[in-house]
Amino acid sequence: MKPATTTDRLLLYFLLGIGFGIVLTKAEVISWFRIQEMFRFHSFHMYGIIGSAVLVSAVGIALIRLASVSALNGEVIVIPPKAMGLGYRYGIGGTLFGLGWALTGACPGPLFALIGSGVGVMAVAVLSAVAGTWVYGLLRPRLPH
Amino acid sequence: MIEILSRPWPWYIAGPLMGLFVPLLLLLGNKSFGISSNLIHICAAVAPCGIDFFRYDWKKVGLWNLCFLAGIMIGGFIGGWLLGGVGADLSPQTQTVLKELGVRDLSGLVPGELFGWSNLLTIKGLIVAIGGGFLVGFGTAYAGGCTSGHAIFGLSSGQLPSLIAVMGFFCGGLIATFFILPVLL
Repeated sequence: MKPATTTDRLLLYFLLGIGFGIVLTKAEVISWFRIQEMFRFHSFHMYGIIGSAVLVSAVGIALIRLASVSALNGEVIVIPPKAMGLGYRYGIGGTLFGLGWALTGACPGPLFALIGSGVGVMAVAVLSAVAGTWVYGLLRPRLPH
Repeated sequence: MIEILSRPWPWYIAGPLMGLFVPLLLLLGNKSFGISSNLIHICAAVAPCGIDFFRYDWKKVGLWNLCFLAGIMIGGFIGGWLLGGVGADLSPQTQTVLKELGVRDLSGLVPGELFGWSNLLTIKGLIVAIGGGFLVGFGTAYAGGCTSGHAIFGLSSGQLPSLIAVMGFFCGGLIATFFILPVLL
């Protein structure tokens, strides 16, 4: 079999993204109301989704580690460890993201899915998010990590 | 079939399906699941401006992920188009609280009071859509990941930094929910 070309592979990731976007949308993870419900502890829905996703993913990762298989493209599978450093970036950055998550009712994936599902004004939030990331890049040398 | 698909999906279907994307991406091409990296790739592609953080080969590192992201947008279109009666399953408690806070219309995916082209330049619209979006971008880049990279991939691969980040997500989310949004709405 000939190795897949890069374009083939990119198409594959595009198709996977479509699948992921459909799940996000159909499970109402992209709903501002659902995120409010979660932060107000009124429903198990979002906790069930995140919890079962973590569980399935953990089993998958454990199996991959156990079998020590390579990826289909021949690369050795690496799970890059996240450096702890002083831990500030996780606490402060995490809290700032949490504020944004509850205000917009969307984390990055859903922000894009919302545009697709017809909430066009979210394009402005996406542009603002890109600006936020850019400003972080600019300030990075001066922030505690 | 279409009828089953058109109803909102329960957590025990959607959650496991989402979790599968982590091992799937690893097995297919040794790719780490994480959406917010795309915001960094976009900056690196569009406006690196000589900033160190954006000086890398974004095509090599991130083109696959940007394709995944474009797919998510199309998935939102397909899912949104097949979708019927979103918000119908919202907990009655949440409905009561939000109505008391002044959200009139609980149908659809977002409250019209906060997200609409005509509301964009009001104080509410500015804070929620533009301020919230900015915090999402700044916060995920600072924390090195979002719900996908930290909560799903990070926690499931047993990383302590991700646990701290997720606690931060909730800390921020609770502050916004109980102290900021009630003032804004």
